[in-house]
Amino acid sequence: MYDTIIIGAGMSGLAAGIRLAYYEQRVCILERHYTIGGLNSFYRLRGRDYDVGLHALTNVTPKGTKTGPLARLLRQLRLKWDDFAIAPQLGSEIAFPSKRLKFDNNERTLRDEVAWVFPKEADNFDRLAREIIDYDDLSETHAGISAREVVSSIIRDPLLVEMIFCPLMYYGSARENDMDWGQFSIMFRSIFLEGLGRPAAGVRLILKHLVRKFRALGGELKLRSGVKRIITENGRATGVVLDNDEVLEARNVVSSAGWCETMRLCDDGQPVLNSRAPGQLTFCETIASLDAQPRDLGHDLTITFFNDHDKFAWQKPEELCDLRSGVICSPNNFAYDSPLDDCTIRITALANFDRWRALEEPNYRLEKLRWYDRICESAVRFVPDYRAHVTDTDMFTPTTIVRFSGHDNGAVYGAPEKQFDGRTHLNNLFICGTDQGFVGIIGSIISGISMANQHCLTRA
Amino acid sequence: MTPAEIREEVLDILSDIAPDEDLSNLDDNVRFREQLELDSMDFLDIVMELRKRYRVQIPEDDYINLASMNTTVTYLEPLMKDIQREKV
Repeated sequence: MYDTIIIGAGMSGLAAGIRLAYYEQRVCILERHYTIGGLNSFYRLRGRDYDVGLHALTNVTPKGTKTGPLARLLRQLRLKWDDFAIAPQLGSEIAFPSKRLKFDNNERTLRDEVAWVFPKEADNFDRLAREIIDYDDLSETHAGISAREVVSSIIRDPLLVEMIFCPLMYYGSARENDMDWGQFSIMFRSIFLEGLGRPAAGVRLILKHLVRKFRALGGELKLRSGVKRIITENGRATGVVLDNDEVLEARNVVSSAGWCETMRLCDDGQPVLNSRAPGQLTFCETIASLDAQPRDLGHDLTITFFNDHDKFAWQKPEELCDLRSGVICSPNNFAYDSPLDDCTIRITALANFDRWRALEEPNYRLEKLRWYDRICESAVRFVPDYRAHVTDTDMFTPTTIVRFSGHDNGAVYGAPEKQFDGRTHLNNLFICGTDQGFVGIIGSIISGISMANQHCLTRA
Repeated sequence: MTPAEIREEVLDILSDIAPDEDLSNLDDNVRFREQLELDSMDFLDIVMELRKRYRVQIPEDDYINLASMNTTVTYLEPLMKDIQREKV
């Protein structure tokens, strides 16, 4: 009998596991895949290391900062700032056809850019920044408020509104074309007021620290151990059945599988199964290995969020991918102590899961090649053309995301409707991770911590 | 444990929870929240650490007693007077 079983060895599950194991619970994390990480993982291909998911950590505050999510999670997990060794971004950009805005980890940079590019909006932008809600003041009431309405009531120039939304939606909106005001505030704070950064070794460094910590505290991690079913009895979860029919019992179950995905696992024919719409927003990403540092090709920005017209569309595309917008990221362009050996440019574009799923081999492979080229062609309208320097490529599609994360539709940010308190219809089954409410690496770690704290820590 | 030992133990817990805080100038009469950057998660950790180290159970309704060093020591004294301090 475990005190707590955790479904999924991603960031949130591992963080929850550390908290509970630290306070002497018997914890088991179950992961269907053969490796850890879920939406944020890593792999090695033809001699090179790659990250999945991670472009940059958001919420990056300097060493010694005592407030904010990064400081909070380090304290809660008893980790040191230096464990993650986060290098700050060099500087990023929001690029639209007629205007560009730069930003970096100094919040004044974006403010000054707005004042320069949109002189009439300088005061309004300050007003918007003042309206942004603090993490601790967030409540479910903010979830019902349209961020587009709030922002448009403060910022007059519609182009600036679109430019502000573009990076925030790309890095964390599960909702098409709008965000909840609370979610907008979190994203605005985490990207524009705190900042972006990356460990030189990438996401594997963070995951390795989390796993090492979890195991050192006596936690059990079972890979290739998918949960087939959550056993329910009189309004409680009593345990889980694994894919190999092994039964594990637990006092509490915490699931990072997603809301709909978790409901489907419950063997009580869960009536809430169809009450919540699954997410629709998913991505293709192209990964190009280069024979030169991006900055030697004239590209020194960390992230470029681009959009080729004045209105930003954040919705499931009709075609396999939406080429109008995207995110260009170079893992090389962070302020590391020494430059990375591997040179990479990654481009993310919105994609349509259903259309990718409908493709059968060899068409799937063919379309991957075709859209790889199209996405890169779309991106080089906004950054120097790096294509002559490509030595190797890789690409993932929404079906890849489903295969590795188990999330419906490959929805990277989960379902639009969140379950902030993590509660379900069973009084000892809780959800954590993307569908609880926080996204991104820092957000999902905080989600795991807070769900463990609120629901499982004092109950063992 | 004597009140002085309990105070030492709470200080040790605080330095564990918030390793970057300078605790040498802590004013025992002033609320922790006002002099340290502690949030509700950190307060939960004070409770959990006491439970982990000494099996002291503090019900949620009593968390309010952990406001400052003085109120904490006063509250813990009857609960911990028969407990031997662990050598750290």
